[in-house]
Amino acid sequence: MSQSIKYRSANRLSFSNFDNILNLAVIGLLAMGTLLVYAGTREWFRSYGLDPEYYLKRHSLNILIGVLLAYGTTLIDYRLLRAYTPVIWLVAVIGLILVLIPGVGSEINGARAWISLPGGFQIQPAELAKIAIIVGIAMILADRDRTDDDPADLDVLKALAIAAVPILLIVAQPDLGTVLIISAAVVAMIGASGARPIWVIGLLLLGVVGVFTAVKTGAVNEYQVARLQSFVDPSADPQATGYQLRQSRITIGSGGLLGKGLFEGPQTNGRFVPEQQTDFIFTVAGEELGFVGSSFILFLYFIIFVRAFAICKRSSDLFGRLVCIGVIAWFCFQTFENIGMAMGLMPMTGVPLPFLSYGGSSMFANLIGVGLLQNIYARSR
Amino acid sequence: MSERGKINLIIFQTLIFSLLFALFGRLFYLQVLDSGRYQDAALSIQSRDIVTPAVRGAITDIHGSPLVVDLPGLVVFADRSTLDKQEDKGVSVLSRTANLFALEYSDIYQRTRLCGELPKDNRAGCWNGTRYQPIPLVGNANQDLALKVLENSDLYPGIQVQTVPIRSYPSLEGENVAHVLGYVGAVTDEDLKNPDKNYYRNEVVGKAGLEVKYDEFLRGTPGVRTFLVNRKEVVTKEAKNIKAIAGNNLITNIESKLQSSAERALSSAISRARASGYRGDSGAAIVMEIKTGRVLAMASYPTYDPAIWQRGLTVKQAKDLFSESKGVPALSRPIQGLYAPASTFKSISVLAAAKAGYSLSARYDCPATVDIGNRTYKNFGSKAAGRIPLDVGIAISCDSLWYQIAYDEWVRDGGLRPKSNPNDYFFKAARSFDIDKLTGVDLPSELKGRLPDRQWKQNWYESNKNFYCNYKQRAKKQDLTPYLIEIARENCIDGNKVRAGDAVNFSIGQGDTLITPLKLAEIYAAIGNKGTYYKPQIARAIVDPDGKVIKEFKPEIGGKVEAEKTTWDFLHRSLRMVVTQGTAAGVFSGFPVEVSGKTGTAQVFGRNPNGSAKDDTSWFAAYAPTNDPKYVVVIMVSQGGFGASTSGVAAKDVLATLFGVTGGRVDPEKVIFPSGVPNNIAKVDLMRAAKETKNEVGSGVKIGSVIVK
Repeated sequence: MSQSIKYRSANRLSFSNFDNILNLAVIGLLAMGTLLVYAGTREWFRSYGLDPEYYLKRHSLNILIGVLLAYGTTLIDYRLLRAYTPVIWLVAVIGLILVLIPGVGSEINGARAWISLPGGFQIQPAELAKIAIIVGIAMILADRDRTDDDPADLDVLKALAIAAVPILLIVAQPDLGTVLIISAAVVAMIGASGARPIWVIGLLLLGVVGVFTAVKTGAVNEYQVARLQSFVDPSADPQATGYQLRQSRITIGSGGLLGKGLFEGPQTNGRFVPEQQTDFIFTVAGEELGFVGSSFILFLYFIIFVRAFAICKRSSDLFGRLVCIGVIAWFCFQTFENIGMAMGLMPMTGVPLPFLSYGGSSMFANLIGVGLLQNIYARSR
Repeated sequence: MSERGKINLIIFQTLIFSLLFALFGRLFYLQVLDSGRYQDAALSIQSRDIVTPAVRGAITDIHGSPLVVDLPGLVVFADRSTLDKQEDKGVSVLSRTANLFALEYSDIYQRTRLCGELPKDNRAGCWNGTRYQPIPLVGNANQDLALKVLENSDLYPGIQVQTVPIRSYPSLEGENVAHVLGYVGAVTDEDLKNPDKNYYRNEVVGKAGLEVKYDEFLRGTPGVRTFLVNRKEVVTKEAKNIKAIAGNNLITNIESKLQSSAERALSSAISRARASGYRGDSGAAIVMEIKTGRVLAMASYPTYDPAIWQRGLTVKQAKDLFSESKGVPALSRPIQGLYAPASTFKSISVLAAAKAGYSLSARYDCPATVDIGNRTYKNFGSKAAGRIPLDVGIAISCDSLWYQIAYDEWVRDGGLRPKSNPNDYFFKAARSFDIDKLTGVDLPSELKGRLPDRQWKQNWYESNKNFYCNYKQRAKKQDLTPYLIEIARENCIDGNKVRAGDAVNFSIGQGDTLITPLKLAEIYAAIGNKGTYYKPQIARAIVDPDGKVIKEFKPEIGGKVEAEKTTWDFLHRSLRMVVTQGTAAGVFSGFPVEVSGKTGTAQVFGRNPNGSAKDDTSWFAAYAPTNDPKYVVVIMVSQGGFGASTSGVAAKDVLATLFGVTGGRVDPEKVIFPSGVPNNIAKVDLMRAAKETKNEVGSGVKIGSVIVK
């Protein structure tokens, strides 16, 4: 069957080849994110006499680069991407090792997750690792003679090995949020690959035990523990994380049905919620756009997932389907973790909101993810 | 894809959309169902209220001339919340401030402590507000010194200087009025909790006297500016600006000149008493209009400068206010001092005797002593006056004739085995004047008198019999004299009974009877008016800053004492005779206005802190003019000696001012109320006060709605 596949050349791709509903949903989120990043930083920078459009400009630049990367991702047939996977994986692992080296990696909010580059730019290798792991696992689990075969246990073990190295390196940062998101994507992909259910159940149990022992044994640093504890009991750490979570909830709740209006949110403009251009961007939407605007954002995510599942079903091969599943799991868990945290449903872990939060690495990774989906769409049937 | 893979995909799909739905549900809950709570929370996070206290209303005398008024002055405040954050908890800043303003550091230290931070026995002067209120250290600060604080703000972190309205006492006629006016102070936590009052943290509220009684009118409505702030407390926007509404002014019935005269007369009465060897520790003076109950003057001695509260009460001042050795200046004698009325009570006994059927025109024996039971009761000065008419008995204040009448009545009522329905003429007469009830004057913390009738005796016995029946074990060593032990034994046996001695003492206003000077003024107003008396009233009207009358206080009848006209006439004649030929004749000889009155010299049991026996209480109650009584004047000097020489003279001095008497004649120019106490409500005039007070006001400073240039 693989012989019959006709590889389409890259230069033939145009908008008509893409899932434009997916594109519209992503563009909608990017546009809203741009406004929200601007709204979340404008007054803050103005109050210091700095350029109020600073974040707006950087964010727009990130989107531009991200869109180019996404388009680039669509140029090579996704089935050929397999060839690049070991390279991407290796780059990501090297990056993850580099961030742990003092002097190279920089520590922000208790996690060593960034590599500083000249010109004030920073790279977060963990974001790249997400793509490497998803493509890598899809490659291993799909690499079989017949697509309706369920993967052998050995394949599953191989896949886990591919994932384990970067995950352990991210644990070392530590960035628990990213670890959980990647783990969720891995479990989802293994489940969707048709592997024996014992793997899924076992991995879920391992996850629970892992988190528990990590907290108990102190493998996770105090900062992370405080975040988790403040989720269970917000008054435990009133100055820092508990404060942020409470402020975040109040800010969203105070938006009410229609919101205070874009740029008009007093909580946002007073900057009562920290990190509101990155991890807490949803509070800006909640306060200024209200329930109507915020649920429109959720609706756009809904569209993205509906389309992503459609692409998944449309895909003619297991590799494409697994990449789809991985990307969906990644986007969805990251969205749920981020918005859930802002609304007090999830513990505080610093993960950005896909397509909305300010941050280059995450924006690039998210758009590359979309590029993967479009690549699969364009080359199916 | 395998079957298992397909099922897994469906499960996965369901999971993904469930997560999205969960987010949607939570969003709906936060932003729609529970949004109100979060909006309130957000508002309290973002908004800061700056409260500008309203200019407090003035309190004026009957002519509208201010007794106390808010004038702008420089006040130096300490901010505990800032000082506490300093490394040495503000010690260096406070001592620097103390040096600059020539104050004692220990004093400033004490005054900037919250009352709860100090040991219970050393709280004088402590701050009864909270850490978050600015604590006034220096009121009416010197401008140059205050400027030094402002210019060197790095040396004085936590010390603020502000121009704020402060209570100022212009004392235009030299009056003091401290006890009547009361004072203001910081809002306490209890005030803030009071849901009816709606106080703000940095407000000043009435604490005593008229300031607290009429606080709701005087206070006005504070201005509130609400600012939105960011997380760094930088103001981003002004959300609300409600201007302060100045408080209303209170016009009182006090007449400044008369008040000033009453204060001076009282003070010289005290000096006179002391010159005669009496202790003269305190006193009261009251002038009241008989037919309305308007209190025209009310003085208490010792007094204090009411402005000390505003300048920042020093610890010493706070201690002195309640110090026994200084005579407890904080106590308002006219309404809080309780004393035996002594012979002034005989007017009530006349009513009792008349009711009991004693002839008012008969002659009564006035012996030097009367033996009742195993005890001998002496006439005042142990002098016998022979058989005399009753009116002469009043005029010369014979005690012994009352001993006999009271004893006979006591026997008639059954003596120690009282009849089930005794006549109790004396108790009933006293009751008809409500001597054990409040006068209801519009001042806080008035005390009730005591009427030791049968019921009171019973109550007293029940709460004290344990002490008297175990006297030898319980009494202090120095009280174990044979005489006191004998009294204790009697009290243990029949302390619940009105004994002959009690009845006898009651008839001459001694024994357990106690009243306030204001109550005595009310009693003599009732006598002057032949029965009907009015509730003493300080406030005349509440007017808003534009002069509109908000509330007028009309005279209120306090009660009516029933007696035959002949009895009243007899009493009036007797009280005039007191002044013409009786105990007060010397004092009032040559006084051009006809005055009636009664002296009182009450024996006081108990001892002074230094162990000396207490001197007599000196009373004089008068009304004038005799033929058409308009005013009642009561003077009381505690430990002042004789009624006439100490208090009578003071009463005469006050009456002289009231009727414009100079050099033995009435000067119509000087009469305080040439055409009676005015019935119309005066216009408030703050201009004179603003011009004449010593506050360092710059030019063009705004006071209420008046601009002073």
